[in-house]
Amino acid sequence: MKGLVAPVLGAVGFIGLWWLATVAQLADPVLLPSPAETFRDTVAAFRSGPLGHDLLRTILRTVQAFLIATAIGVPLGIALGAKERVYRSVEFVVDFFRSTPASALFPLFLILFGVGEGTKIAVAAFGAALVILFNAAYGVMNARRTRVLAARVMGAGEARILWDVLLWEALPQILVGMRAGISLALVIVVVAEMFIGSTDGLGQRVIVAQSLFESGLMYGVIFLAGALGYVLNLTFLLAEKRFVHWSGR
Amino acid sequence: MDGPAIAPRDAALSIRGLRKAFGGQPVYSGFDLDVRRGDILAIFGPNGCGKSTLINMAAGLLPVDGGTILYDGRDVRDVRVGYVFQNYREALFPWLRAADNIRYPLRRMGLPKREIEARLDRLKAEFRVRFDLARYPYELSGGQQQLVSVMRALAVEPEVLFLDEPFSALDFETTLDLRALLQDVLKRLGVTTLLVSHDLEESIALADRLLMLTRRPTTVADDLAVRLAWPRGSATLSEPDFVALKRRCLAVFEAAVAGRPVAA
Ligand SMILES: Nc1ncnc2c1ncn2[C@@H]1O[C@H](COP(=O)(O)OP(=O)(O)OP(=O)(O)O)[C@@H](O)[C@H]1O
Ligand SMILES: [Mg+2]
Repeated sequence: MKGLVAPVLGAVGFIGLWWLATVAQLADPVLLPSPAETFRDTVAAFRSGPLGHDLLRTILRTVQAFLIATAIGVPLGIALGAKERVYRSVEFVVDFFRSTPASALFPLFLILFGVGEGTKIAVAAFGAALVILFNAAYGVMNARRTRVLAARVMGAGEARILWDVLLWEALPQILVGMRAGISLALVIVVVAEMFIGSTDGLGQRVIVAQSLFESGLMYGVIFLAGALGYVLNLTFLLAEKRFVHWSGR
Repeated sequence: MDGPAIAPRDAALSIRGLRKAFGGQPVYSGFDLDVRRGDILAIFGPNGCGKSTLINMAAGLLPVDGGTILYDGRDVRDVRVGYVFQNYREALFPWLRAADNIRYPLRRMGLPKREIEARLDRLKAEFRVRFDLARYPYELSGGQQQLVSVMRALAVEPEVLFLDEPFSALDFETTLDLRALLQDVLKRLGVTTLLVSHDLEESIALADRLLMLTRRPTTVADDLAVRLAWPRGSATLSEPDFVALKRRCLAVFEAAVAGRPVAA
């Protein structure tokens, strides 16, 4: 619990500064509403507005994209990592698209999937899958050679080695990839909600609040999106600690 | 050389005309070796002379370029072997508890559960294990981890056991303990063993026979029988026979490293 003191102090300090800035009227109240107003507007949007629904939609899309990305990225990454020569031949393509901003792919995906739910999820899944694939492949390729030899001398065939050794050796790195993947999926989903014909989702809500000058709500949604990203990241960090206790050993 | 002549039927392992090169540089070009069943053979030689390469080829972990390595006429694939790596940290599976590491090769053999547990209990008694095998390897000390590696290698009741500098990462006291324990078990079970060691004293103390290798291209500098009584404790190290043997080995080693022929 001691570990919580510093971050809480930091958050309180941040809100304090914010509050001071509004009291001192450093900025136009329309641009910078007070913390209390932001809180009030956000709670109201939850109570009687669409915010709860928006949050749920964003989570749903992110999780869907993430699941698709994992289902493709993990097995493909492991398979490619086990055949290092094959991975080297596709590495450039993976690296290239991994470096391409997903938002630049929106038009392409719009052509492929049309204006709808599918496009947002597909772009996010595409971006996340590359990150997950890349990490899974490296996890396998960096497997400790001695462990592979140990398994072989104990009578494990290639398939057995993949299942009993390489997978476990790669698991810490796979989870790192999944954590990066879900964060990226959230980023892409929120941007997609802003620009690819949406009627709901946090991205949509931010844009609408901004255009209606509901700055209290706008800040609230931004924080909500931030909190969502933070919680997703934290969940994976905890899962890594809990399930891959042998990481780095 | 007073290396013992071994009748073919007594040999657990026969190497003939072994060839191996890395990047065009030969390590072995026509190497022969017979290892008598039940013997502990220590292999001693300078860095990079090919000790690990030799036992890796014998254990089937590295392909040979030419020649044969046969176990009583069989290929290594048809033989149960055990292998203890120098680096226990990278050889044990840290996602499995110590006991499951030992069970792993037995499961690969498809043994029934009851037999697996029986063997585990036997090994525990054999090595007088007093630490908790339900722990993960990284929770154990280096000596305990290497002991787990040894138990894992012996669990399959190997026809031949390979040890590649098994003690070189351990401190002195742990090495002495583990060495005593190992010689006790190996001699009791009569396991044919190839031990690579960097420590001349250890090689002599643990071996029935000592093979001294030269620099690359690797040949046998000397092959001698170590006829000291078992068990060999710390007192053995100061016996006249032991000291004489060690002196002779040092002379051979110096001559071999300097590239001079050995005076008889
Ligand atoms: N995979 C490899 N590729 C290229 N050269 C290799 C390879 N493995 C070993 N060698 C070379 O073969 C020689 C023998 O290596 P080996 O590891 O068998 O030596 P060693 O006697 O075990 O040495 P050490 O005492 O340092 O463990 C060395 O010169 C090494 O550089
Ligand atoms: Mg070596």
